[in-house]
Amino acid sequence: MGKVNISFTINGSSHQIDVEPQWTLLEMVREQLHLTGTKEGCGTGDCGACSMIVDGRLITSCCMLAPQADGSDVTTVEGLLANGDLHPVQQAFIETGGVQCGFCTPGMIMATKALLDRTPKPTLDDIREGLAGNLCRCTGYTKIYEAVMTASGQEI
Amino acid sequence: MRTFNFYAPTALDEALELLRKTDGGRPIAGGTDLVVQMKEAATKFPHPSSIISLLLIPELNGIEFDESTGLRIGATSTMSDIADSADIREHYPSIAEGAGIVGSIQTMNMATVGGNLCNGAPSADTAPPFLVHDAEFVITGPNGRRSLPADEFFVGPGETALAPNELLVEVRVPAPADRSGSAYVRHTPRKQMDIAVVGVAAAVTLTNDDRIENIRIALGAVAPTPVRATKTETFLSGQPASDESFAEAAETAAAECNPISDVRGSAEFRRHLVGTLTKRMLERAANRARGG
Repeated sequence: MGKVNISFTINGSSHQIDVEPQWTLLEMVREQLHLTGTKEGCGTGDCGACSMIVDGRLITSCCMLAPQADGSDVTTVEGLLANGDLHPVQQAFIETGGVQCGFCTPGMIMATKALLDRTPKPTLDDIREGLAGNLCRCTGYTKIYEAVMTASGQEI
Repeated sequence: MRTFNFYAPTALDEALELLRKTDGGRPIAGGTDLVVQMKEAATKFPHPSSIISLLLIPELNGIEFDESTGLRIGATSTMSDIADSADIREHYPSIAEGAGIVGSIQTMNMATVGGNLCNGAPSADTAPPFLVHDAEFVITGPNGRRSLPADEFFVGPGETALAPNELLVEVRVPAPADRSGSAYVRHTPRKQMDIAVVGVAAAVTLTNDDRIENIRIALGAVAPTPVRATKTETFLSGQPASDESFAEAAETAAAECNPISDVRGSAEFRRHLVGTLTKRMLERAANRARGG
């Protein structure tokens, strides 16, 4: 049951490492690369806390085997920071109070980034659909939707 | 998760050889079902000693449409690939509708059509649309390549016609006739991130005087497999595409299906849904056939 050698890019930097075959992308990123911004919620693809963007697509990293990330381009919440400045989506979550306990926030922010990349001016229905795979158990959805509206430059 | 040997072949022959050699090795694509099953050990199979990723095999990729030969969907096409395909949305709307409601955005970006079909779930959202479009499933394995009509592929809950070490390569769907249309809907308490209580797909071809020339109806989550509603199809054949015949078809479909009661809904509720949703899908498919 040998390790698997994989190459990939994460947040703009290239890596070539050996991974445990049974590790998920989430485990590799947190335990091996020590990028702990991404959280594990349910571990079964239902809650979205572990959302990352892989090759331009939002995925739940708890359901993706790390060896399957070979050759891919991964972005985690850490990768949104540019020259020390927060991403506009991150800033909007702060401004609107779209954060309560904070555990779902990295996933919410990645899902919002993916949504706005596809739909720069989403309607409320677009937002609800785009974030349907992300659960907030503080139930702070209203503020989260407001954060997405703000990040897309729309009136609340 | 327990450990396993991981392989990522880049050719179909290589994948088949690995399946044979590893004896019990499991193919994986998007992983949205298999990884969860392996984590929870809630598996219907022994924990695999080998996992064979299919994502790097070019022959399993891609979606192509041709007006005369129809549609080809490679087995590792994701739900998003299918739901976003302009060709599928235009010519096979029920297939786009089925693929476009599987789980969340994240699920649809990972889950593949091969996985959705080969898991053999009675509630699989792409199954009824493929049934009503007379899809053929192309399979390869140790004894060569074969092709099966969609309605012979599903055998039981979690069971398909795939023999050991066989793989689904692609789904082929004939080109739709003129004046035809299709539609799929499912009932779920939540719009996303849910599993069908009942799913209904319909495809109709209309004559110039608005009679039903060809009709397919398929039901999800009301039998051990996705099934065709053949009595209802027989009844509708040659009938006018009218409210009256659709209402009678809805009653026939509700009567001919044989659902069970479970946590998602009672048999009675499911039967009611089959009637209501069949009528709606017939109307929607007929409107699309008329160019609406």
